[in-house]
Amino acid sequence: MQLKKKPAAIRQTLAVATASLLGGVAQNANALETSSDWEIDSALLFYAESDRIVLAEPVVRVRKDMGNDRFLTVKLVIDALTGSSANGAIPTASPQTFTTPSGNGTYTTQANEVPLDPGFRDTRGAVNADWELPLGENLTGIFGFNFSNEFDYQSVGLSATLNWETSHKMTTWTLGVGFNADTVKPVGGVPVGLTNMPVLPAIKATEGADHAKDVQDLVLGWSRVLSRRDLLQLSLGYGNESGYLSDPYKILTVVDGATGAPVADPAQRYRYEKRPRDRTRQSLLVRWSHQFENDVLRLSYRYYTDDWGVDSHTLDVRYRFELADGDYLEPHLRYYTQGAADFYHTSLIDGQSYDFASADYRLADMVTTTLGLKYGWALSDRSEFSVRAELMKQSADPSQVIGVQSQQDLVPDVDAVILQFGYTLQF
Amino acid sequence: MKRLILAILMATPFLLSACAIEPLAPWDRDILAQRKMQADPYPLDTALDEHIYFSKEASHGGAGVGGGGCGCN
Repeated sequence: MQLKKKPAAIRQTLAVATASLLGGVAQNANALETSSDWEIDSALLFYAESDRIVLAEPVVRVRKDMGNDRFLTVKLVIDALTGSSANGAIPTASPQTFTTPSGNGTYTTQANEVPLDPGFRDTRGAVNADWELPLGENLTGIFGFNFSNEFDYQSVGLSATLNWETSHKMTTWTLGVGFNADTVKPVGGVPVGLTNMPVLPAIKATEGADHAKDVQDLVLGWSRVLSRRDLLQLSLGYGNESGYLSDPYKILTVVDGATGAPVADPAQRYRYEKRPRDRTRQSLLVRWSHQFENDVLRLSYRYYTDDWGVDSHTLDVRYRFELADGDYLEPHLRYYTQGAADFYHTSLIDGQSYDFASADYRLADMVTTTLGLKYGWALSDRSEFSVRAELMKQSADPSQVIGVQSQQDLVPDVDAVILQFGYTLQF
Repeated sequence: MKRLILAILMATPFLLSACAIEPLAPWDRDILAQRKMQADPYPLDTALDEHIYFSKEASHGGAGVGGGGCGCN
């Protein structure tokens, strides 16, 4: 055992000695630079949407140097969510009453307000474990396992990533594969897509208590040192999801095709959404990191496309200002724009037939803008405390506005505040 | 146009590999070795952000594998 420990100790000593020697080059001492046997990384995230979801999420990640370039990383997450979520129906000139997903009760939305289901309350626990080890000269493997469970969803997954350094360690090729076997177990059973939401005490048509969802991912990455101060990365991603991909709690309003008003019969007025049972997605991610004298600019862009008709562009910019004593200030801007899924409909027209339909605004033409600021305090060279505050705004467009619908804000903006505290300790 | 952009981006590794970028000596890797220059210097920030945007947008993935799913209604 003692022998196995030695390389890590020597490496650490060398790292410290190198850091001391290089002290004259890199003027600012940063926290968390030296290698360590243990690293404990923790964060507490608060996420709050105005009038909708509120979430608190504590996370702890522990990384242990097991010697001989082997590392074990374990991450635990608790995710407690409460509040209201848009159910997909459109706001109308009169109050609307909906049956809860459980089928045991109702909730009412006032006139001219976007219908929100107020009953969301869920706690999710997740564990991730990664084992990193050298597999050969310049070849490293990372093998991962993840499990998460919440009241109405369970996810189990395995992943493997290979990193291969070539060209005098100037280039790294990455191959990653992941597989997840998930189970969707909605409150009140899985509704049959596009059937009517019943009026209490009638019971909705279901197709069982739970359904499977499988997710496969493949990532091919390439990163290249461009200079002493520049790193460029490219990643191609391919993913496939199959099984139950609908949101069991989302509905659509059935309207008159001429007036845009909901149909008169309340038992025919709302239908459960239905998405295709298969989705294939592809993405291309480019990241560039550049260090000025001490400050660091990180830029990333992702292009995404899938066979549901969604195309998106994500631009992310972070600039880290190095302050005195290893502290830093990092402004962040994220801009995201997506095109609607082919089957996104703000409302359904009575008498028309649909293969698939969803009124979930997250599948609409949408822009998300996030502005944030993070401050990091170097408490010592082996510990850091940080605070991050961000504001997020989502603006989505309806697919179609018919008649009286023009008097309503069919898809209101969603505003959210993100606040995160972080603490990292090495020993 | 979309295809052209994709083709250029996909060809970048090969174009850049062909360029003569002098290998960096170990003593010239001090800056790249810093945490703030790593591919993912703050993995918890990244994971939490991915969770938020996975729940609020129609696209996800692309940076790596692993993680895990959620209901996220």
